[in-house]
Amino acid sequence: MQPPLCILIAEDSPADRMLLATIVGRQGYRVLTAGNGLEAIMIFARERPHMVLMDALMPVMDGFEAARRIKQMAGEELVPIIFLTSLTESEALAQCLDAGGDDFLAKPYNRVILDAKIKAMDRLRRLQATVLEQRDLIARHNEHLLNEQRVAKAVFDKVAHSGCLDAPNIRYLQSPYALFNGDLMLAAFKPSGGMHVLLGDFTGHGLPAAIGAMPLAEVFYSMTAKGYSLAEILREMNAKLKRILPVGVFCCAVMLNLSFQRRVVEVWNGGLPDGYLRRGGSGERIPLRSRHLPLGILDPSCFDDRYEIYPMEAGDRLLLLSDGVLETCNLGSECFGEERLLGVFAANQQPDLLFDEIQQALSAFRGEAQDDVSLIEVSLIEEGQLPHSPLIFSDSGQNAPLDWSIGFEFRAETLKRFNPLPYLLQLLLEVQELRAQGSVLYTVLAELYSNALEHGVMGLDSSLKRDAQGFAEYYRERRTRLANLYEGYVRFHLDLRPEGEGGRLSIRVEDSGPGFDVQRMLERHSSSEHLSGRGLKLVRQLADRCSWAPDGRSVCVEFSWPARHNPAQCPLAQE
Amino acid sequence: MSEHLDLGVQALLQEVMEDEYPVLLDTFLSDSEARLNALGLAHDAQDAEALRRAAHSFKGSCGNMGAPLLAELCSQLEELGRAGDLTPVPALLAQAEQEFALIRTLIESERQRY
Repeated sequence: MQPPLCILIAEDSPADRMLLATIVGRQGYRVLTAGNGLEAIMIFARERPHMVLMDALMPVMDGFEAARRIKQMAGEELVPIIFLTSLTESEALAQCLDAGGDDFLAKPYNRVILDAKIKAMDRLRRLQATVLEQRDLIARHNEHLLNEQRVAKAVFDKVAHSGCLDAPNIRYLQSPYALFNGDLMLAAFKPSGGMHVLLGDFTGHGLPAAIGAMPLAEVFYSMTAKGYSLAEILREMNAKLKRILPVGVFCCAVMLNLSFQRRVVEVWNGGLPDGYLRRGGSGERIPLRSRHLPLGILDPSCFDDRYEIYPMEAGDRLLLLSDGVLETCNLGSECFGEERLLGVFAANQQPDLLFDEIQQALSAFRGEAQDDVSLIEVSLIEEGQLPHSPLIFSDSGQNAPLDWSIGFEFRAETLKRFNPLPYLLQLLLEVQELRAQGSVLYTVLAELYSNALEHGVMGLDSSLKRDAQGFAEYYRERRTRLANLYEGYVRFHLDLRPEGEGGRLSIRVEDSGPGFDVQRMLERHSSSEHLSGRGLKLVRQLADRCSWAPDGRSVCVEFSWPARHNPAQCPLAQE
Repeated sequence: MSEHLDLGVQALLQEVMEDEYPVLLDTFLSDSEARLNALGLAHDAQDAEALRRAAHSFKGSCGNMGAPLLAELCSQLEELGRAGDLTPVPALLAQAEQEFALIRTLIESERQRY
């Protein structure tokens, strides 16, 4: 039970006060009385009555002033004040309302009307109290929610921390709370020194939109660090999201695999607006279209990991955007749209300024801040301009094996769908001494493997990759031949031996292909700079020794330590 | 008698106040004396605003107590106070005191019944 309503009566005429107090008291309310305004506010301060019946004209302090002070003391709480009045002029009545009066009661008093008014005011008072209570509850919930979001963001930032969005070839624009708009931006160096970049946009807003970002980022970073390919990472991300997200929640995404050494980019777009590859020299603009459903929709068995490959030159840049960019609205609720974006491209004179120009066009268009735009620009720069990123290991490496050898043979069925490189790399990185060279090892393994598979087993002609058209044809052909592969193998033989203070790793890669004229190939490649020549040249630069069997069917590379090779890449050497 | 003191109102007041009805009557009488006194003082001081306020309050009490003629006289006094014209006040005040004397008699006889 709530305490009975307590009503203060402020009235200077003793007979009126007595009459009113009796009427109100008989209705079952608790009554307090005051003979003037000053007395009224003192009683109010002490007793906090729920409602006040206030005479307008009183000695010492009139009802208007007392009403103002009582309203002030009451603050947000509604303390209804009913003016007792025989005033009839509208000006005087307006004065009552001005002072905070909520209603009037005319003299002579009518019991029925008085009681009805008290009840009506009490309903109003309770309503206001409920509203305040609920408002405070909502404010507390909101504070709680924001706090949770801060914690979630802090955790997520730690997960995303291993990324390389701050690399010199990346520029990006993202709201600090983009995570809760469902936007996600990830970038990480691969062991080979290349880079994976992902722009994602989860359906929905708030925590449900953010919840999928965590596992997605985990898969992205851990698989990238282990040397998995774009297709494998996409498959895993799709399968994981499909498994954990409810129906109707999914992630539109573009993922890039940028290789600075081989100067190519692989692009997969599932559900995001067109990205763009913009040529530095010609200004040509190639749209990176969405050709897939978003991540988290298809069953793993139906998922399509096919991507497009484009050759890139230094100065070429890739631009990825969330639909927040195109859907940015101006004050007239008009969308920025693709046409305006392409207009900015067309007007651009200096490629370096494109990113700023898009940003300026967006803020000029929208007028006021509206923050769910995610925009990222990735450019191809010379590899030497990128910082070296050492791989991170969770174990101490104290129990590293040092004297062993092992052989693998991967046959056609496996070559079709399995990437052995992460497994081989994991194995080698068990050896502490090899960890400093992890990215070199990966690059060399990757080159040798793709040579053995593409030129050896599948017999593709690398000279096709001479120009951009041939380049596309080469990869089309690669896909066809791989799908139809029924025989052939690639063998790896790894041999690790202690040697004096250090040790030596030999890697022999052998394939089932017909072999080739080693001497001619070496001569041709030593003088060439075309697309096909970079790989082997790189291997010869990175390995301590490199030799082909005369029949061209196997190659052997060696790494020794203490590293004689490229000491700047060893973190210890910098100290 | 009903044009001076409304018996219907008295019946209602009696119902509301029950045992305290005589106290209410006493209170009204003593308060009314004080108010008439205040009206006289306001006139002596030629204070139109004080006259208006006193007449206004007195009018309210008279209304509540069912004294319509006295309430009407108060209303006229209030109006004069508002207009700042105090010339007709003494005549009206005399009428009010006369009316109040009558009411006092009526109330006191009412009072006798308890």
